[in-house]
Amino acid sequence: MNALQAISAVLRKELVESVRDRKATLNTLLLGPILIPILLLGLVWFTASSQMEKVEATLEVSVVGAELAPNLIQFLRQQEVEILPPPDDPEEAVRSQTLPLVLRIPEEFSAQWAAGTPAEIELLNDSSRRESSIPVQRLEGLLHQYSRKIGTLRLQLRGVSPTATVPILVSDVDLSTPKSRGVLLFVFLPYALMITAFTGGLHHAIDSTAGEKERCSLEPLVINPIPRWQILLGKMLATACFGLLSLLLTLVTFSVVLPQIPAGALGADLTFGVAQWFRVLVVVGPVAILASSMLILLASWAKTYREAQSYVSLVILIPMIPSMMLMSNPIKAETWHMAIPMFSHNLLVAEVARGEPLSGLWWLIATMSTGVLAALFALVAIWAFSRPKMIFADTE
Amino acid sequence: MIVAKNLKKFFGAVEAVRDVTFDARDGEITGLLGPNGAGKTTTLRMLYSVLPADGGRILIDDIDPVVALQAARRRIGVVPDGRGLYPRLTARENIDFFGQLHGLSRTVRRDRIGILSKTLDMGEILDRRVDGFSQGQRVKVAIARAMIHDPQTVILDEPSNGLDVMSTRALRGYLQHLKAEGRCVVLSTHIMQEVAALCDQVVVIAGGEVAAQGSPQGLIAQSGQATLEDAFVSLIGSDEGLAA
Repeated sequence: MNALQAISAVLRKELVESVRDRKATLNTLLLGPILIPILLLGLVWFTASSQMEKVEATLEVSVVGAELAPNLIQFLRQQEVEILPPPDDPEEAVRSQTLPLVLRIPEEFSAQWAAGTPAEIELLNDSSRRESSIPVQRLEGLLHQYSRKIGTLRLQLRGVSPTATVPILVSDVDLSTPKSRGVLLFVFLPYALMITAFTGGLHHAIDSTAGEKERCSLEPLVINPIPRWQILLGKMLATACFGLLSLLLTLVTFSVVLPQIPAGALGADLTFGVAQWFRVLVVVGPVAILASSMLILLASWAKTYREAQSYVSLVILIPMIPSMMLMSNPIKAETWHMAIPMFSHNLLVAEVARGEPLSGLWWLIATMSTGVLAALFALVAIWAFSRPKMIFADTE
Repeated sequence: MIVAKNLKKFFGAVEAVRDVTFDARDGEITGLLGPNGAGKTTTLRMLYSVLPADGGRILIDDIDPVVALQAARRRIGVVPDGRGLYPRLTARENIDFFGQLHGLSRTVRRDRIGILSKTLDMGEILDRRVDGFSQGQRVKVAIARAMIHDPQTVILDEPSNGLDVMSTRALRGYLQHLKAEGRCVVLSTHIMQEVAALCDQVVVIAGGEVAAQGSPQGLIAQSGQATLEDAFVSLIGSDEGLAA
């Protein structure tokens, strides 16, 4: 009996057993891989489209004292701003959010205007209300435009060139490609992939260790004349299969859902070819292997399925850490980053998503460091599994 | 053939097995009889080498499991206390899986399952999932699984636990059949009638030690009591555990 036959016998049995556990298998394979991408993309799309709406919608502004500045009001009307009558209590209207903003022209405006001193107008708004920030910015922009226009006219009247007030002209040259702009969205991609690589194998890892112990089938299994490491390796491989399958399904969901999002809403070109999705899978695949050895190791310690669940639910936070770090503090990928397990795969996914070529060296370093960690967990699991305590649910 | 000499097992400060010595011969049924918690299961677990002994020596057909673990395992078939079948696999798949782990070829496995299914009368249940089987059906599958590699020695931990009368009779019949084939059968039990009806040799275990050893008739004579039950109580010095 060679080791390969034994391992594949265990692997086959694990897969058949798990597949027949329909409910649990469908839950892990469909819930995560389908719901997570749809939720994340839905969120991005919703944010983008509601912002677009506010930018494109007609700007409505309530003005107090409109009759004091007829020229300004006329200018705003020309810019397609709809001028509304003033509310009874402007402060209260903004505070209670019945109006996003109110423009108030004080009594002194006419006098200041006529004297050529800066004439004050008030823009009432609540900066803690994020939904009103877009109309406020739009109105501020228009008011500055009007102010500059009048200022320019006044300088020309006095025979001064308006360019004298513009010592520096900043010109914004955006070098991002449409695809690299889409990377904002792909902050979510590595995150979703890390999670599903773990959740995919979760049920199987617990069921085939703590679950078997609980059902008393681990004891007869280890009586068979094969070394325990072969049994454990078969179980890890089965767990990794589910992790990889879950990753694959997640990518399929992304590839189906992404094109449904109007590209204009995100200001980015999100077309991903099959080859690019395949590269993403190659990049994150090793994470599923790490996940399987980590989950098997932890679940082996538990005596019951429930106990194992409580350990493992904490581990599920681990894959989130690198993603969270990168979300809040984006960094430029460097070679030494590739030696940090998991973190490296996050960076690589982002690189691939940006449309950059995948560096073979980086991939190799990332995969090796993750592989070494996975092997380390596997060795500890094998050592633990050789202890009699790990086999029996009853500690006699 | 099993030789157990001065077996010891501690769990922390607890001495589960202090000193157990006996021989189980081929063509005989050897029963380990004792109250609950006497150390029967621990003794058997050492015999089928999932628990390392803290002292003493085991020989299975002259093979020392400490020296040649897998060779010793190939000589024995085990039905553990919990049975431990895979509920989502069919009876056939359960049995076949263990055959694969023993390195048996596809044809050998098929033939062995055919024979076992006939002797154990499993025809109807063979291709049904184990989930939902009665205790009697489960024991049959567990026995067939233990016998897939045609072992010389068979170890059963409380095999009649939870069985109804008909299943118990069928089980006894099968154990007699194994004995007639010249195999070495070792079982643990706390049921007196089972010992009287089946065993050629009884090893009475109490408090992790062998309290007495011999044929059922020999034990009755040795204790000077009228029945095996009285003999048992007098040999272990209390009626502790008999009510179970």
